[in-house]
Amino acid sequence: MSVMVRRRIVSRIAETLCAGAVLLALVPLALILFYVLRQGIGALNIAFFTEMPKPVGEPGGGMANAIVGTLILIGIAALFAVPIGCVCGIHLAEYPDTKFSSVVRFAADVMNGVPSIVVGIFAYGIVVLPVKRFSAIAGGIALGLLMLPIVVRTTEELLRLVPAGLREGALALGATRGRAVFTVIVPAALPGILTGILVAIARVAGETAPLLFTSFNNRFWSTNLGQPIASLTVQVFSYAISPYEDWHRQAWAGAFLLVAIILTLSILARLSVRGLEKMNRP
Amino acid sequence: MTKIHVRDFDFFYGASKVLHGISMDMPDKQVTALIGPSGCGKSTFLRSINRMNDIIPDARHDGLIEIDGKNVYGGGTDAVELRRRVGMVFQKSNPFPKSIFDNVAYGLKIGGMRNRRQLNEIVEKSLTRAALWDEVKDRLQTSAFALSGGQQQRLCIARALAVDPEILLMDEPASALDPIATAKIEELIYELKDNFTIVIVTHNMQQAARVSDRTAFFMLGKLVEYSETKTIFMNPKQKMTEDYVTGRFG
Amino acid sequence: MTMHRHFDDDIEAIKDMLLRMGALIEDAISQSIRALLDRDTKMAEEVIARDDEIDQMELAIDKRTIELIAKMQPAASDLRFVATIMKITPELERIADLAQDVCERVIELNREPQFKPVTQLPQLAENAQKMVREALDAFVRGDAMLARQVIRHDDVVDQLTEDSFRALLTYMMENPRNISPAIRLTFIGKYFERMADNATNICEMVVYLVEGKMIKHTAPDSP
Repeated sequence: MSVMVRRRIVSRIAETLCAGAVLLALVPLALILFYVLRQGIGALNIAFFTEMPKPVGEPGGGMANAIVGTLILIGIAALFAVPIGCVCGIHLAEYPDTKFSSVVRFAADVMNGVPSIVVGIFAYGIVVLPVKRFSAIAGGIALGLLMLPIVVRTTEELLRLVPAGLREGALALGATRGRAVFTVIVPAALPGILTGILVAIARVAGETAPLLFTSFNNRFWSTNLGQPIASLTVQVFSYAISPYEDWHRQAWAGAFLLVAIILTLSILARLSVRGLEKMNRP
Repeated sequence: MTKIHVRDFDFFYGASKVLHGISMDMPDKQVTALIGPSGCGKSTFLRSINRMNDIIPDARHDGLIEIDGKNVYGGGTDAVELRRRVGMVFQKSNPFPKSIFDNVAYGLKIGGMRNRRQLNEIVEKSLTRAALWDEVKDRLQTSAFALSGGQQQRLCIARALAVDPEILLMDEPASALDPIATAKIEELIYELKDNFTIVIVTHNMQQAARVSDRTAFFMLGKLVEYSETKTIFMNPKQKMTEDYVTGRFG
Repeated sequence: MTMHRHFDDDIEAIKDMLLRMGALIEDAISQSIRALLDRDTKMAEEVIARDDEIDQMELAIDKRTIELIAKMQPAASDLRFVATIMKITPELERIADLAQDVCERVIELNREPQFKPVTQLPQLAENAQKMVREALDAFVRGDAMLARQVIRHDDVVDQLTEDSFRALLTYMMENPRNISPAIRLTFIGKYFERMADNATNICEMVVYLVEGKMIKHTAPDSP
């Protein structure tokens, strides 16, 4: 057998294996999406968005409180994690070799690996226990803690990807170091950082475990940050494990909505990046 | 008249000494070229003039660099202030991810200029001086990245000119450009020397010959020969210079 | 699109120097002819005195040209221009020297009684002068056609030289007293003939400058 033929065969086998692996990965994903879509879309109606949950046994009702609750929780999480995470990331990128930086970086990596339920318990310990009440704040902080390491690390990585020439260019024009960072380097990395933030939000929006001990759940309309608050994930969880058919239906709708929110966030991330990158591209 | 006065200047990266006792006087409103093989210290020396080396940890220096008789490294000189007077253009064009206009206006804005009319005026003037105005005047608000390599480099020159420096340091400004773009940059350098003192590092000996009035030949961190450009290329005094400019070096 | 190059300014400057040198040389030739025809020793001395100025111009042009090569590494038409300058300048300087030689002979002739007129000689001088002038014109205008015309005209000058030599030879055979002035006049004829040769060389370089063709040592009209 000539070398050429052998190479071609090996190449064909490798290609087939690759394609197979891709399919294997895509099939469950497609199935999940398809299943959620099929089950969820049928259960969706205006009431789902606008009405409050009905008591057990009463058909109909919606998850208006949970939708708003989830948005509030995400908002608190972002408010908490984005500024701290970005500043941390900037520090890590600007002073990469200090002892302090390596400690922070290590801590972020460890935090990234901590199971979300542990983060939930932690938030329970420091926010819920002292006041002896579940609250939106506690839930937001738990989600924020999950976001934080992602934001820190993506910010750092993206800032370090900015070519050194830009910094030199700014310094050579008489910019101070801080000036150079905030007027040139951060703007250059901004599209990427924003994507990182949106990805982090998408990631925590689907979390249930940390919310169980923190924001808990609320059957009623509430926007009070000091009170327990409903969230889509917890609502889906509790409806799904209930014995009622109508609740199962609504759980599917909730699951579908979650997927839709995450998808929307991803698309939003893409679009915003495209807008910002206008200056980064020809 | 001497613009940049250098005496016994040494430079160290950590323990290794990369510049050895450099002494030279660069005249006002002329082009001084620094040539020499890679790693000869010419870029390090160039970056010492506007203290760009300050950002490198572990770097230190010894000796004197004066601009208009004022010590660049002296207590009374602020590096940030200094760099506004000593512009720099780099090997790889480095436009900011901003519009063409904002790139040129950058130095002015961080200097505190807010007056729109004044900004417009200086941006136009700088782009004109950099021989780029006609090519970009209709698209000042588009991304600087839409420009070609040569245009980007001229944009970087315009950006440096906008803050009205006295000295322009150029670190191989045309080494990444094609011959036509290179020729344009060289013409530009020739035009600019009426108003600016220019120090240019180049790997390209012919370029040094074409654009400069005086040439300094560096080798292994030492200044081997510094003289009028035509002397360096027609009748150098040092054997090492002769070997380098004739391509016998090695 | 052609870009302005400061290189062009240098080329113009050198061209200018060469033209000023050419003008001085044309003056030297016409004055040497005047001195010859009018037996004007003073004018002849003047021409000799001014030769130094022309020599200095040659040196200045050489220096500028070498600097230009060192700094600009000319290519293509630029290279041909620089090569042309470097070959034309010595030809011009040589012509000036010949004019000076004419004047030296004139001064010697003027110490002796006036000699019989040799009709071919002024004609020869004027033809040589015309060739030098046209060679310079051809260079300035980059006119290869004119240059070729001048080259062809060299035959006329050669013929006139031959004629004047024969006339002078006859005088010498007539009377040995004529030998001294006649030999001097023969020299003068030879000098003008040399000037025409130098003009021919200049024209050959003009053709090279314009067409990139080296026509030296080939038959005049071969392609």
